[in-house]
Amino acid sequence: MLEEISFEVADGEFCVLLGPSGCGKTTLLRLVAGLEEASGGTISLNGQRIDDLPPQKRDVAFVFQNYALYPHMSVSENMAFSLRLRRLAEREIQQRVGEAARLLKIEGQLERKPQELSGGQRQRVAVGRAIVRQPKIFLFDEPLSNLDASLRGTMRVELARLHRKLRATILYITHDQAEAMTLGEKIVVLHEGRIQQIGSSSAIYRQPANTFVARFVGSPQMNLVEGRLDEKGPIFKSRSLAIDLSGILSECWREYAGKPLTAGIRPEDLDCASRDDAWVEGEVEMIEDLGSDRFVHVRCGSTELLARMPADVVINIGERLILGARPARLHLFYQGKRIH
Amino acid sequence: MKSYFFPLWIVVIGALSLLPFLWFVLTSVKSAAQITAIPPQIMPAFHADFYRSAVSEHGLFRYLANSVIVAGSTTLISIAIGALAAYALTRFRFSWTRFYLMLLLAISMFPQISIAGPVWRILSHMGWLNTYQGITAAYVSLSLPLAVWILSTFFKELPYEIEEAALIDGCSRLQALSKVVLPLAAPGLFTAAILVFIHAWNEFFFALIILTNSNFQTLPVGIALFPGEYTMPWGEIAAASTMATLPLVVLTLLFQRRIIRGLSAGAVKG
Repeated sequence: MLEEISFEVADGEFCVLLGPSGCGKTTLLRLVAGLEEASGGTISLNGQRIDDLPPQKRDVAFVFQNYALYPHMSVSENMAFSLRLRRLAEREIQQRVGEAARLLKIEGQLERKPQELSGGQRQRVAVGRAIVRQPKIFLFDEPLSNLDASLRGTMRVELARLHRKLRATILYITHDQAEAMTLGEKIVVLHEGRIQQIGSSSAIYRQPANTFVARFVGSPQMNLVEGRLDEKGPIFKSRSLAIDLSGILSECWREYAGKPLTAGIRPEDLDCASRDDAWVEGEVEMIEDLGSDRFVHVRCGSTELLARMPADVVINIGERLILGARPARLHLFYQGKRIH
Repeated sequence: MKSYFFPLWIVVIGALSLLPFLWFVLTSVKSAAQITAIPPQIMPAFHADFYRSAVSEHGLFRYLANSVIVAGSTTLISIAIGALAAYALTRFRFSWTRFYLMLLLAISMFPQISIAGPVWRILSHMGWLNTYQGITAAYVSLSLPLAVWILSTFFKELPYEIEEAALIDGCSRLQALSKVVLPLAAPGLFTAAILVFIHAWNEFFFALIILTNSNFQTLPVGIALFPGEYTMPWGEIAAASTMATLPLVVLTLLFQRRIIRGLSAGAVKG
């Protein structure tokens, strides 16, 4: 079920649909491709409605998650298939296939069958099959999710490079936020069939529109603490911490006086603080050492907070820490929606 | 222990199945005297006399030609219709697909004798008794359920994404079927074709009642009618039976690789 979905992809833009599995992003992509029928709404491409056209008339290219190469055809036949259907001149076909193969570095594999290729090579062929068509829009359905981690990183960079080179319009879906952040010029966050937020990577990271986006984007996750705004002044209070919001909420705090709020702070924004600007004091429960930096789990009463600290800060398990952050880095949500 | 036991069984079962075949192949190259000799002689004299008389006196080649025409056209028509039906049943979402497949299976289990009467009357009414199209129509209706079942299992196993890729690449439904689905389902097509062909080639009962004119009779009926009022030409029957069996053996051996080969390997990640 998709509801109230409305967004645009500009010409030449790399737009990423990001969401957890089951959020409807694949359905959305298949609707654009014409592989599913919508019960209502319109889809336009270059100003023309395409939702009533069959997939073969839409001039879109689709890269499938599991590649969907034609196993009985060689790599070059796979790439040339759509061009032959369009009855292009053989010279033109050879030229386009050759160009795409060079671009994707699969010139050596042109005569091989898909089953003789590695996962990464198959993925390249699938991309090549899309490129040769020079479609109005490329649709990518989690194209990297079947590759191993290191190859995924390499392919991610290559896709970005390819996009820069071709200036192609791309609609790309993924559940991997790192992929979305690095590739997407525009990110559309989907959850339960609805758009949660549309924006650039930094906008989505720095100003999540609601608690879902706040929790879903960013690794490790943002710390979210349920609490209530004090009746008498702009002070956020939860069981284990109190934060003075006078610098953030100014006069509008009265609107939320006494109401339940959710406060969010990214782990990297939490710092060891002095007594004066402290938010909370807690005990270090666990430390994950990543080499470059460390994830420090701090228990403050019933709340557990995660802080990302530089590797050179000396912290030991069991130590008491005083934590604070720049007020500007705090996120506030009322009924799930961002108010700051 | 187990590893010795298993091949032994294969040899025993193989020998038991081959024995009757071997017996009539040997009989077909015996001399007339050897056939009735007591005690029976196993080693034949390697005469070709029975083949000669099966061809010249009993018109073996005519029966052979009829069988090729009838079994061949039955196979072509059954596979063509069966492929389209199986494709529709596996790819389009009808609420009654399962019921329909079950119905097909049930129909294919009807005893032939129960439908022989109606089939004969229909063909008689159409003037199709003693015609190729009459017997072919009867055979197609008998073998279609089998063809549809085999093909739909094969189509079901093909990843749908490959077909969707073809649709997006610019294929119409029929082009997707002919350029992508059928080549990938080739093992299934061959399996279904061979089974339909063998069935039509061996079928006796319908051929016996529909084809009473010896110009249209197929091998099984032709051979069954070799015996005269006072004669039992065992040698000719054995020769004709050998000739009737050979094409099937050759066909199966030729296509066994295609049947076994899984062409769809490597289509999707795996």
